[in-house]
Amino acid sequence: MKAKRSKLIYNLVTFGVVIAAFVIMTIMINNKTISRSLKGQLIPICSWIMMAVSLNLVVGISGELSLGHAGFMSLGAFTGIVVSGWLLNGFQMEDPTLRLVLALVAGGVVAGVAGVLIGIPVLRLRGDYLAIVTLAFGEIIKNVMNCIYVSVDGTGLRFGFLNNTIPGIILLNGPNGAKGVKTISTFTAGFVLVLITLVVVLNLVNSRAGRAIQATRDNRIAAESMGVPVTRYKMMAFVTAAVIAGMAGVLYGLNMATLVPTKFSFNESINVLVFVVMGGIGNVLGSVISATALTILPEKLRFLQNYRMLIYAVVLILVMVLGNNPTLKSWFRSLFGRFRGGRSARENGTEEVIGRE
Amino acid sequence: MSEVKKRHSDTRMVPYPSQAIVPERDLNRQPVLETRHLGIEFGGLKAVDDFNMIIGRTEIAGLIGPNGAGKTTVFNLLTKVYEPTTGTVLINGRDTKGLSIVQTAHLGVARTFQNIRLFSQMSVEENVRIGLHNQIKYSMLSGVLRLPSYWKQERRQHEEAMELLSIFDMQDLADVRAGSLPYGAQRRLEILRALATNPSLLLLDEPAAGMNPHETEELMENIAKIRDRFQIAILLIEHDMSLVMGVCEGICVLNFGRIIAKGTADEIQRNPVVIEAYLGKRKEG
Amino acid sequence: MAFLSNLVNGISLGSIYAMIALGYTMVYGIAKMLNFAHGDVIMVGAYLAFCAAQYWGLPPLVSLLVAMAACTVLGMTIEKLAYAPLRQATSLAVLITAIGMSYLLQNLALLIWGANPKVFPDLISLDSLHLFGGELVIKGATVVTIAANIVIMVVLTLFINRTKMGKAMRCVSEDRGAAELMGINVNRTISMTFAIGSCLAAVAGFLLCSSYPMLQPTTGSMPGIKAFTAAVFGGIGSIPGAMIGGILLGVIEILGKAYVSTELGDAIVFAVLIIVLLVRPTGLLGKPMREKV
Repeated sequence: MKAKRSKLIYNLVTFGVVIAAFVIMTIMINNKTISRSLKGQLIPICSWIMMAVSLNLVVGISGELSLGHAGFMSLGAFTGIVVSGWLLNGFQMEDPTLRLVLALVAGGVVAGVAGVLIGIPVLRLRGDYLAIVTLAFGEIIKNVMNCIYVSVDGTGLRFGFLNNTIPGIILLNGPNGAKGVKTISTFTAGFVLVLITLVVVLNLVNSRAGRAIQATRDNRIAAESMGVPVTRYKMMAFVTAAVIAGMAGVLYGLNMATLVPTKFSFNESINVLVFVVMGGIGNVLGSVISATALTILPEKLRFLQNYRMLIYAVVLILVMVLGNNPTLKSWFRSLFGRFRGGRSARENGTEEVIGRE
Repeated sequence: MSEVKKRHSDTRMVPYPSQAIVPERDLNRQPVLETRHLGIEFGGLKAVDDFNMIIGRTEIAGLIGPNGAGKTTVFNLLTKVYEPTTGTVLINGRDTKGLSIVQTAHLGVARTFQNIRLFSQMSVEENVRIGLHNQIKYSMLSGVLRLPSYWKQERRQHEEAMELLSIFDMQDLADVRAGSLPYGAQRRLEILRALATNPSLLLLDEPAAGMNPHETEELMENIAKIRDRFQIAILLIEHDMSLVMGVCEGICVLNFGRIIAKGTADEIQRNPVVIEAYLGKRKEG
Repeated sequence: MAFLSNLVNGISLGSIYAMIALGYTMVYGIAKMLNFAHGDVIMVGAYLAFCAAQYWGLPPLVSLLVAMAACTVLGMTIEKLAYAPLRQATSLAVLITAIGMSYLLQNLALLIWGANPKVFPDLISLDSLHLFGGELVIKGATVVTIAANIVIMVVLTLFINRTKMGKAMRCVSEDRGAAELMGINVNRTISMTFAIGSCLAAVAGFLLCSSYPMLQPTTGSMPGIKAFTAAVFGGIGSIPGAMIGGILLGVIEILGKAYVSTELGDAIVFAVLIIVLLVRPTGLLGKPMREKV
């Protein structure tokens, strides 16, 4: 039962870290000792953690490279904004918590449905081809969101596609996105969502379905020969990740007064992928930490002005080059080997991610 | 004679393959596997041609032949990794035409691979649990929400997996990463994983490859033990003749994609065609 | 006539995509990696040509040669410093490194040349072609772009099929291990591939900015992604595939923008890519993948 125990410890540490961070932040907010910029970042950090953990489910656990994860976030964000605005203006629902919950449900559902629709064609492909199609879908979502106009008036929601002459209060204004959004996301909501994400992903990984997903990653043909319907399980991972990303989008979108569709570009998808890789492929706690650190870090480096992203780029390259240096790698392993969690980074298994054949 | 309108003019008549052999004890039971005129072409090359075979319910059968004879291709046809271009595969009497690998596995075929295909990042126990995937089930939802059925079925899976691992005395290795096992242990784990799917036909692709004589000896005993205990049929590809002759009841010899001989170990060893295929033609004069 | 004009513009844009896609596809075929920084090499090439012409007052052709030479060195340097140490690493690690390199190039450009867009000078002082009694006007830059693409296509095909280095490249792309055993210097071959790809990227950057004269640090990103799409479209790893994929993509983009919707132009391009991959999962000219069991 050694492995079981180390998995349990790993999960407890993961939840412990998140809960401790929440408690400390809450105390700091109440004491007013928190810096203004950090306070403003708390909710986005929660969204990015959700994004990173959910993408890790696709890239690390399921072993498929997805380059369009921001697309699901976009769908969630704008669905959330529309639903929240609709409830406020169409139904005079003043309670922000209820509006947030309903917006989260709607955002999750829309992203989940999109996940199914995109997953059907995407998961038939392999390796790089799969990656490029997810990229394509991400770009299509961005492009289509640029053309959607939504308003609310007495009769309900009105939609316009490439047509901005719709009556009522404008909620979505095509390329100009959403303006004057009532920001109803709270740090507590973000914390709860992160916890839910962790429960779902960690429990999934250590269950029958999660094992089937990982078996498919490790060896597709063998998994099929064992009677595991691989496409169904790949779909399960992909759609679960899409739903979480959609909810992360709602949280993010309802924290911003203005939001434009081009925010969720290819670059954001790549950023989330960087969180995942830097935190360790397949390592959920790593994703949480790296999403947090890499969201805060650029802000902290703001005094460096234009050199900021330059340094970020250099650090990224150095971590990759030095981290994959065989000598350093074995040294690190001997140093940290004992502390690694149940699902730590896979050193060799990612080959199939981009299909090096 | 007036014109008779023939309604069967295009029917091609072929011999019904019937020179099959099965152990006497399985004679009156439906065979686990039956193939008729099975064949596949890769770009005009007939990799397997007119392959006819019947395996009895509890038979241990061998498929041998020189390198490149098409043995693994036969396995890939039986498990539907390849769709055959001609002929039929019947598993427990069911035609597998058009079925996927997964559906064929559900009919009761399990296999190991020549180039080991373990889930190398997962533990030994988890590998066996994947074999149990369709045996002990619970939904994704009860897994995520940790409902009572999760705990109950996880416990069952664990017990069953340990039981299977005990066949090869591998319980102590349960938590080891499968990819880090020594070669011989990986081969044994593949057999257990296949066995976990509760098959009626187990296909072993060179199970003794890379094993030392002592390990091979042990494997031979275990193959017989597995058949006796689970009452299943086993078809194995093997180059180690001591293993094939020691454990296989019916043996089928393949050369250039065609069956050149069938029979018991003794018959095969004495068969001049087989000797020729393996050693080449003796020079006359 | 409008249709013909759009078609010609599409072929011209597609020629630029094709040149960039060649870089992606050759590097993929030989080093088995997605070089996401390739798009930014285009941008660097364009800036260098801009500087050479605008600040140093060099003639257009010399400016182009300067940019080509500098990008060749840049490509080989990037490969040596960032990618070569990762030969044994996972492809995802290489991908992230390439993304880091892309950020690095963009931000270096930002520091050197600033965020404000530069207007690329009209370096191709060729008169427009007037066809069909002046009804169809083809700009000089367009003619040069298409002509350059044809020349590059012919030269590259000859290079790959006729020279020793070309043969080495084909060997390495087929089986790196076996090529090494046959005494082919794999590192030098990969380095050479980057050199050629980056050199073509400089040409593409020059031509891109001659047709669309807005130059800023992010200029290379979108054409980079589109060209990558084109490479996949044609079957990644295949040189004729990159050519066909690039030109088709350019034509689809321009026609889509002209006849369907300007706003949805990019969405149409990507939608066509998805449809093609669903019908032919390895692109138009890609080799079908078969896993050995």
